[in-house]
Amino acid sequence: MAATVTTATTGKTWDGGNEPMGASYGKLMMWFFIVSDALTFSGFLAAYGFSRFKFIETWPIADEVFNHFPFMHGTDAPMYYVAFMTFVLIFSSVTMVLAVDAGHHLKKTKVAIYMVLTIIGGFIFLGSQAWEWKNFIKGEFGAVETRGGAILQFVDAEGKRVALSEFAADIPTDRVEKKKSEGIWFQSGPAMSTYSVEEVVEGFKANPNLRVRTEFLTKEKKKTILTREQSIERLKETHYVVEGANLIRNEYGHKLFANFFFFITGFHGFHVFTGVMLNILVFFNVLLGTYEKRRSYEMVEKIGLYWHFVDLVWVFVFTFFYLV
Amino acid sequence: MAHSHESNTKRIWFVFALLSVITIVEVIFGIIKPDSLYMTNLFHMNLLNWIFIILTIFKAYYITWEFMHIGGEKGSLKWSVVAPLVFLVIYLVFIILIEGNYVFDVFHKSHYKWIF
Repeated sequence: MAATVTTATTGKTWDGGNEPMGASYGKLMMWFFIVSDALTFSGFLAAYGFSRFKFIETWPIADEVFNHFPFMHGTDAPMYYVAFMTFVLIFSSVTMVLAVDAGHHLKKTKVAIYMVLTIIGGFIFLGSQAWEWKNFIKGEFGAVETRGGAILQFVDAEGKRVALSEFAADIPTDRVEKKKSEGIWFQSGPAMSTYSVEEVVEGFKANPNLRVRTEFLTKEKKKTILTREQSIERLKETHYVVEGANLIRNEYGHKLFANFFFFITGFHGFHVFTGVMLNILVFFNVLLGTYEKRRSYEMVEKIGLYWHFVDLVWVFVFTFFYLV
Repeated sequence: MAHSHESNTKRIWFVFALLSVITIVEVIFGIIKPDSLYMTNLFHMNLLNWIFIILTIFKAYYITWEFMHIGGEKGSLKWSVVAPLVFLVIYLVFIILIEGNYVFDVFHKSHYKWIF
């Protein structure tokens, strides 16, 4: 280095080895990547907030949507499972920071063990998220959509949700799903639901204790339940049976609710997946002794930053999707 | 650095316990939803939601400062990461949520219907 130095200042600033802001190049770039990614997620969550405030009267109640727990089918367990997921992710963050800590003391085995634990935590989280999605997509009760785009759900006299399968009439029909691949139809039709609109409406009329529940929230912050007469009147506008959720419509309520759910948790899940892959890469490098040779485990620290960031995002997603 | 090892891990476990406790408190509140908080609104949002958001920011602080060690970085790095985020997020949320509320008001008070 000394050979090219003309003055002390230029040598110090431009001839390499200089670290702006006291951090290595990789770490600095990881920080600024995190800044930009954090702004991306903020944009998504702010957009979610916008839609929620825009449709504040009719937005679905998260507790009613995410109330599943493994092996406890049919019981109402709001949030327990997401709380478990949050816990898993925070714990994997802890093992990651312990790996970084062990790296500072060049303890190869300890770093490797903590990396494995972090990777396992990441996989548990991804599996949980897949399970959440499965429940969300499959749906539980089913609903109908009116021509105006409103979702109507069904409750009994006590206000408890009733599934379509519990009351839908069985009307013989020759309806078939229109698929382009079958060669008869020029365009494919909407996916065929288990029950036709007529079956749902007739079944509703045959069960006098059923009521229709609309999306509108009352003063008590509960969904409005119509009277029997209003219900039958309302069902005349039905044109579609909704089961579960997709990007076009969902049985929980407003269309945007499912869209935001898929998009934000999906984008976060993609980050977790990327993080797990990077963790595996770093883990093998730890085993191979790459960082041992460098006498520096800074790579673990950089990947750690990303992993903590993913945890940080989840903390916000958890709040805005499940709690608020 | 070796001498600070013991205290570091202790600190990590303490933060883990703290974050877990906050999460458990959030979940308990979310399940029982006390009427006194859930039914009282402050700036178009109920008090329970305000509590959740404050607790979330509290958790975010601990994750960035303790797990990501931003507290240990140089001041210039620390603030060039934190300051733009804090400013832009507050700004973005402020204008966008107000706009959302305005659009709601327009639909609500006019004779237009978006859902029927």
